[in-house]
Amino acid sequence: MSDIKFSKEELERYSRHLIIPEFNIKGQRKLKAASVLVIGTGGLGAPLLQYLSAAGVGTIGIVDFDVVEDSNLQRQVLFTQADIGRPKVEAAKERIAAQNPHIQINTYNTTFTSENAVEIAKDYDVIADGTDNFPTRYLVNDVSVLLKIPNVYASIFRFEGQVTVFNYIDAHGNVGPNYRDLFPSPPPPGLVPSCAEGGVIGVLPGILGSLQANEVIKVITGVGDNLSGKLFLFDALNFETRTLKIEKDPENPLTGENPTLTELIDYEQFCGFGIEKNGERENVKEIDVNTLDNWLKGDEDLQLIDVREPFEYEIANIDAQLIPQGDILEHVEEISSKHKVVIHCRSGKRSADVIELLQDKYGFQNLYNLKGGILAWAEEIDQSLPKY
Amino acid sequence: MATIIIPTPLRKFTDNKAKIETSGSTVGESITQLAELHPDLSKHLFQQCGKLQNFLKIYLGDRDIKALNNEETPISEQDVISIIPAIAGGKL
Repeated sequence: MSDIKFSKEELERYSRHLIIPEFNIKGQRKLKAASVLVIGTGGLGAPLLQYLSAAGVGTIGIVDFDVVEDSNLQRQVLFTQADIGRPKVEAAKERIAAQNPHIQINTYNTTFTSENAVEIAKDYDVIADGTDNFPTRYLVNDVSVLLKIPNVYASIFRFEGQVTVFNYIDAHGNVGPNYRDLFPSPPPPGLVPSCAEGGVIGVLPGILGSLQANEVIKVITGVGDNLSGKLFLFDALNFETRTLKIEKDPENPLTGENPTLTELIDYEQFCGFGIEKNGERENVKEIDVNTLDNWLKGDEDLQLIDVREPFEYEIANIDAQLIPQGDILEHVEEISSKHKVVIHCRSGKRSADVIELLQDKYGFQNLYNLKGGILAWAEEIDQSLPKY
Repeated sequence: MATIIIPTPLRKFTDNKAKIETSGSTVGESITQLAELHPDLSKHLFQQCGKLQNFLKIYLGDRDIKALNNEETPISEQDVISIIPAIAGGKL
């Protein structure tokens, strides 16, 4: 560690770290020697990358397959208007390299999958999980356990967030709990809405991502007590915070008493996404927006139902009959079983859920899902409609 | 009376209430009462066989009930039961 050297510029840059007695140059050397893989450069990734680069983490890897969209800018503060359409990893690297030219930045413009996870992560000391879906969370967990590296985790929804450190190995070699100890099973698809479906207050990932960056720094330097074994919960709406104990689960298939998992698996299937691999479901009939447009123009005798929430209807609608998803069973009598019934939502997912429910429970055979929902209609048929 | 803290993803089934008071001498009794007060919440709390859903964590204070006595864990006045779901942000 004493062979890590700093230039005069670096020492001046990090002076506010160096003068903290508990941190000092030893802590700074550990940061410079460390490599952190940040998976996801979205809402959590923004503060993570900014603060880890500012702190002087020597090597930062950034994994993201996506490009910057305008709806990202409400919370992904690493990006600007001018970045729209660019690969996120490219824009992120440019931003943090400008912030700190003394660090090494590696980018991986790809999805993090079972096929590439070990190859990408094997050269890193710490993983920071800023991902946005359950399959990848389980993948990140499992690869961190297999590689024996800590996984600093944060997740958010609307106004709530969680932070902890999984798979932390302390100075005595004791290993802390991991994600599968806390959540042995993922929720079924569609139960916990995504930010795209449920929304998120923009500053929330900023708060949680900053806490996450703090945990990464503590894990690397050994300063303070990190959140291993503890789940920190933050409610931004009522400002309540709680810290709960995470217990190890003896039935954890990865690290329990009788481990059965020794390698990475198909996480989409594990999380129940098998049927929807291509966004289609075998038993749900689909039409695209052009077909609906033709049916409406041809005066086809059909019923058009919108299963979104009233506040979404106010933002944009196509004059459908509004029956929110949660109320559908109370309004079954209003749904025709004779004519074509086209059901839509924002993107086509909730409406597909509703159709499956109505078909299974009542035997409807005349229901059609509008592929792509009102977003596809706004894209292809009526550009005056806002896409939200 | 124990207070049950409802996580954001499940508040749409409790008229947006974040905290609900219940009586009952065990965690299981309190959660059952919660499901009776808000029937729409029931299928998200319980599997068809009647056991708690295994993607939810139930805490009494800061302890996972699995480390205590599961649904049989006794509760008293002022106890706080938390339902903690997995959340992932972003996409599904």
